[in-house]
Amino acid sequence: MLFDVRLPIGLLFLGIGVLVTGAGLMGDPAVFRAHSAGLNIDVAWGLVMGGFGVIMLLLAGLAKRKAPPADGES
Amino acid sequence: MQLGAVDWGIIALYLLFVLGIGIVASRRNKSGTDFFLAGRAIPAWVAGLAFISANLGAQEVIGMGASGAKYGISTAHFYWIGAIPAMVFIGVFMMPFYYGSKARSVPEYLRMRFDEKTRALNATIFAFMTILNSGISMYALAKLIQTLHVFDIPFERMGLPESWIFHAAIGASALVVLVYIYMGGLRGAIYNEVLQFFLIVAGFAPLVWLGLKQVGGWHGLETTLGPSYTQAWHGMAHASTNRLGVDWFGLSMGLGFVLSFGYWCTDFLVVQRAMAADSMTAARRTPLIAAGVKMFIPFIVILPGLIAIALTSAPDKTGALSHPVAVAGAIQQHDPGVIPIKIDSATGKPMLDARGRPQLDYDLATPNLLLRYFPTGMLGVGLTALLASFMSGMAGNVTAFNTVFTYDIYQAYIRRKADDAHYVLVGRLATFFGIAASVAAAYLASQFNNINDFLQLIMAFVNAPVFATFLLGMFWKRTTGHGAFTGLAAGTLTAAIHHGLTLPLDDIVGLKGGWIAVTHTYPSEMAQNFWTAIWAWSACFLVTIAVSLVTRPRPEEALAGLTYSLTPKTSEAHGAWYGRPVLLGVVMIAAVIVLNLIFR
Repeated sequence: MLFDVRLPIGLLFLGIGVLVTGAGLMGDPAVFRAHSAGLNIDVAWGLVMGGFGVIMLLLAGLAKRKAPPADGES
Repeated sequence: MQLGAVDWGIIALYLLFVLGIGIVASRRNKSGTDFFLAGRAIPAWVAGLAFISANLGAQEVIGMGASGAKYGISTAHFYWIGAIPAMVFIGVFMMPFYYGSKARSVPEYLRMRFDEKTRALNATIFAFMTILNSGISMYALAKLIQTLHVFDIPFERMGLPESWIFHAAIGASALVVLVYIYMGGLRGAIYNEVLQFFLIVAGFAPLVWLGLKQVGGWHGLETTLGPSYTQAWHGMAHASTNRLGVDWFGLSMGLGFVLSFGYWCTDFLVVQRAMAADSMTAARRTPLIAAGVKMFIPFIVILPGLIAIALTSAPDKTGALSHPVAVAGAIQQHDPGVIPIKIDSATGKPMLDARGRPQLDYDLATPNLLLRYFPTGMLGVGLTALLASFMSGMAGNVTAFNTVFTYDIYQAYIRRKADDAHYVLVGRLATFFGIAASVAAAYLASQFNNINDFLQLIMAFVNAPVFATFLLGMFWKRTTGHGAFTGLAAGTLTAAIHHGLTLPLDDIVGLKGGWIAVTHTYPSEMAQNFWTAIWAWSACFLVTIAVSLVTRPRPEEALAGLTYSLTPKTSEAHGAWYGRPVLLGVVMIAAVIVLNLIFR
């Protein structure tokens, strides 16, 4: 593989997760009650996405440590 | 609904990553194999996710939500019957010929197996279809963004008229896809498709979560909507007792066999992803891994439709063919519901069906649910998911187009011998002109509102017979080029004649059928469509055999690696079950049977 696609996926999801969780923490609780069935979906799903991003980054890191840096595509 | 700074930030971050992947992928694009086949170096799981993503375009996401609202969970047949078996078949049986022959495209395989004219026919029609397809989905996306009114305020602030949202949506999305394919080629498209796949899931899964929470879970849906919506096989014994208007035979033969195998096993848009895999085993596992994920896609694209209809109306639960529309129409005077009534854009009045009841605009089921449930923050994620699905679908079309144009049209008929770098340049130019033509097609679609019906019709005529050609070509060495070509022509002609002689119930003679004479009436458009396919396939199958028997076959040594009996059997790989194509295929079929039993 040219580069591990899990790396950009992990970074993007971590970034979006932080943004969405932040929006949820700063948002007006009344909006969530009216909008999303009483659940602060921003915080809940923001954490899920951020967590997924971290897992992807860990997997990419593990793969890199296991395989010595290959010359060319592997 | 208004976009907040966070939503803009999320969309911007997404665009940054998509373009970045295109740029990184371009660093290694030196040869034609790099640009058109991603260097044949993609691992199976990446190719598998790209395989699904390229088929999860915005039209699919919106259309499946609309069908879910209209037909219920039976829509899942398009996945469980209409995709998984064919995906297992191509992985287990057909991939050895596609990958093993070293063909660079599906039309090129046809040239190797049959002759030049069969390839020319397939390549020209395919190139034309991909452009129209990506244009129409671009139009659908721009129209949707305009309808959602999410960009109204920023445009107003910039002093731009509202109609510019449409132009901006088309221009911006075309430009982004152009940049990452122009630079990164197929590799750029595939890596982005994997990223886009996860974004689509991340955008739609919470919608289902919140929706189910509100309607009281799956059980709540069952009590609100009744078995005709929540049981996939409800009333399938007869065409008149289920929502689709087809019986089990039409469904399993028309959709499950002819249409599904015709698409999943022969369409270069999907086959290209597997051809890019890094080994024969990886190429065979690509559609199988994809099948394992694909069977669960209905839960994120179809369920929003069911939730939307449950929140819009409560149709009677007898399971008879009760139309929810009448109820919805009555309710809607008090509560707008999630799915609005369809408004005729010319008169501004609600559109009525043949019996004078207002029609629902099912296409807005999923988007409206998204606007209803997602506050600032998640709204950005939802819109990004829509954008991602659109871009992955369009990139699938564009990468397939540039390859077929370069290798099967340009190299075959315009300039036969040139160096590799020349063809890469042609591929890049084809990307540019292909996208420009798609933009033109998008504006064409905005002028003629039935262009999509027309395209679907042509695709049905052309695609229905094609699997007979591949099946005979791969598994009967006696099949000849003349046989294949005449068979395809006869199949397409049969499809047109069948369409001209039949009409779905309550439809008007014309684009919907009956333009020769109405000799038979089908309970639904879907039933007509499935039977058109069955007739076309049978005609192609029989004519190909007949003509092959009276024409001279190619010598056997020319067919090695292209047809079953003359190809050395690939021994099944050893190791874990998920590494072995045949075993993996069996597991996928078993899993899809279990899903059908659960939702029977």
